[in-house]
Amino acid sequence: MTAPSPAPATTDTLLSVRDLTVEFGTKGQTPFRAVDGVSFDVRPGQTVGLVGESGCGKSVTSLAIMGLLPKRGNKVAGSATFDGTDLLTLDDREMRDRRGRDVAMIFQDPLSSLNPVVSIGVQVAEVLQRHRGMKKSAAMAESRDLLDKVGIPDPSRRLKEYPHQLSGGMRQRALIAMALACKPRLLIADEPTTALDVTIQAQILNLLKELVVDSGTALIMITHDLGVVAGLCDEVNVLYGGRIVETAPRHELFASPRHPYTNGLLGSIPRLDGARNEQLAAIPGSVADNIPWTSGCAFAPRCSRAIDVCRAETPSLEQDSVAIEDHLLRCHNPWPTGGEA
Amino acid sequence: MLRFIVRRLLQAVLVLFIVSLLLFTWLRKLPGGPIDAILGERATPETRAALRKTLGLDQSIPVQYLHFLNNAIHGNFGTSTQVQTGTDALDLFFQRLPATVELSVLALILAVITAIPLGYFAAKRHGGFLDTGSVVLSLVGVAVPVFFLGFVLKYFFSIEWHMLPPAGRQNPDLDATRITNFYVLDGLLTREYDAAWDALKHLILPAITLASVPFAVIFRITRASVLEVLNEDYVRTAESKGLSERIIRGRHVLHNALLPVVTTIGLQVGALLTGAVLTETVFGYPGLGDALAQAFRQRDYAVLQVLILAAALGYILVNLLVDVAYAIIDPRIRTR
Repeated sequence: MTAPSPAPATTDTLLSVRDLTVEFGTKGQTPFRAVDGVSFDVRPGQTVGLVGESGCGKSVTSLAIMGLLPKRGNKVAGSATFDGTDLLTLDDREMRDRRGRDVAMIFQDPLSSLNPVVSIGVQVAEVLQRHRGMKKSAAMAESRDLLDKVGIPDPSRRLKEYPHQLSGGMRQRALIAMALACKPRLLIADEPTTALDVTIQAQILNLLKELVVDSGTALIMITHDLGVVAGLCDEVNVLYGGRIVETAPRHELFASPRHPYTNGLLGSIPRLDGARNEQLAAIPGSVADNIPWTSGCAFAPRCSRAIDVCRAETPSLEQDSVAIEDHLLRCHNPWPTGGEA
Repeated sequence: MLRFIVRRLLQAVLVLFIVSLLLFTWLRKLPGGPIDAILGERATPETRAALRKTLGLDQSIPVQYLHFLNNAIHGNFGTSTQVQTGTDALDLFFQRLPATVELSVLALILAVITAIPLGYFAAKRHGGFLDTGSVVLSLVGVAVPVFFLGFVLKYFFSIEWHMLPPAGRQNPDLDATRITNFYVLDGLLTREYDAAWDALKHLILPAITLASVPFAVIFRITRASVLEVLNEDYVRTAESKGLSERIIRGRHVLHNALLPVVTTIGLQVGALLTGAVLTETVFGYPGLGDALAQAFRQRDYAVLQVLILAAALGYILVNLLVDVAYAIIDPRIRTR
């Protein structure tokens, strides 16, 4: 059975990912399929979440869209149509022209993501020099304004400083400044708050909301944290074992999570109103334990609702029969509406 | 920074003192000695005793050492007994220094300008033909003994094919003018271009020979370091910004990858002197290495002491320079 794709991309779609498949493998070995037939759309100004635990393929998906996967040792299939052009078919030079200008990205660990021997100012300015043809001095002046805009105090001084002299939150702000320097139409944020203190996490999310969402830049938010999703995303895609297992608008997903995996993710969020000695629910096992999708549901070995058909037949991604809104689901035995999250 | 340099220079004085003490005692404990070397085996005991007295070797080693130290502080390092009999050892050092500096600098330049680009591209095409090929080449570079490489090059390029001179620094028939005693530089300064060219031709084979080990070491470090940096998150960030390959290569990859390479180059300068002894001997090149080998064979104490102390001092200074350079290129050290 072939997985039906979501509705064909409409004209107001900014990015349309179709059947994206990424395989890793060296010659002679069975390739490992990290991403398997992932399809989703991002409309201008929309925030779309890619949610899942480590190893579910969410980062590989974003790197594939950006053309940042290593050139050797992997195979990318499918399409990622951005504003009418399939990014996956562009050659290295064309992609270089787009990266940082049309599509930008921020990463998980702000310290290791910044070059330790180059000043913050130069690292921001080089994007402006590259894509907007600015002279060094003009780019530096603009960089100062950008640092100011992302809320870095005393930007003139910070401009000349190096990453190790900044705090974690400031480093992530600097990375956001670099990503937004050329006013891209799409920003991909790969776990941007994971490496930060909890108080700083909220600040960074607010900054993203204010600078990205409110200014009309579309955002793909990659996270394992459903709290982040709840605060930011319009549309949520839950990934497991390289495939989308559930897709729904945010309210729909939180109101009636249907897939046992989504339920598990929601159930593993600690609650302030829970009993003191209440055990925190965890999903047993890890993604690495999954069986291939070829012979059943990859989540079945960890699933509390697995039935015989789950281990025999691979479920396909289909419109949830009981949902009113667009709600795609890949499950033989979903939770009844309203789940037990 | 200034305090750092001063502290290092004071350390250098201490190091030199210790080296001199070890060197002095050790030389005099070696079997054989200047008396045998000068007089041969058949000299009478009386002549030997007389010469020993003249050279001050009849005194105890601590007394000899204090004597040496006192003289050395006043800039007197003794007289050569054999290498250039009667010449002041320090003068001899300064006579020979330009030849070796010229050779070493050329060898180091050769090693650096070939090893760094090759190391970068080998890492960039990790596992490819260029990578495998240059790794094998660098293994050959460290594995083949320097003197053997020297003989092979000399045999083919000088003796078989007559492309380059087999020995010496310059054709004496040219009667070139001397200013600095760096022959290539002198030729350029006096516009005696044929003399400069001739000196350069004499340098090529020894320089290639001498460069082989530093090339191999610098190549391997560069390759390993670039491989590591290419996997760093900040290189991915640079790629995500769509920067040109040139900027990514220079600013983001090489600037970081060359930090350990700079240290290696400093250490290789020390290894160059070892290489120079062999290379200069093979090519009959009249530099410090050649003088050191002679002085050792003939137990020329004064010359040995000057050369080895100078080598230690040179090594300390070069590595001080490396540390300063390191601080300049690595802001994490500079702004600490």
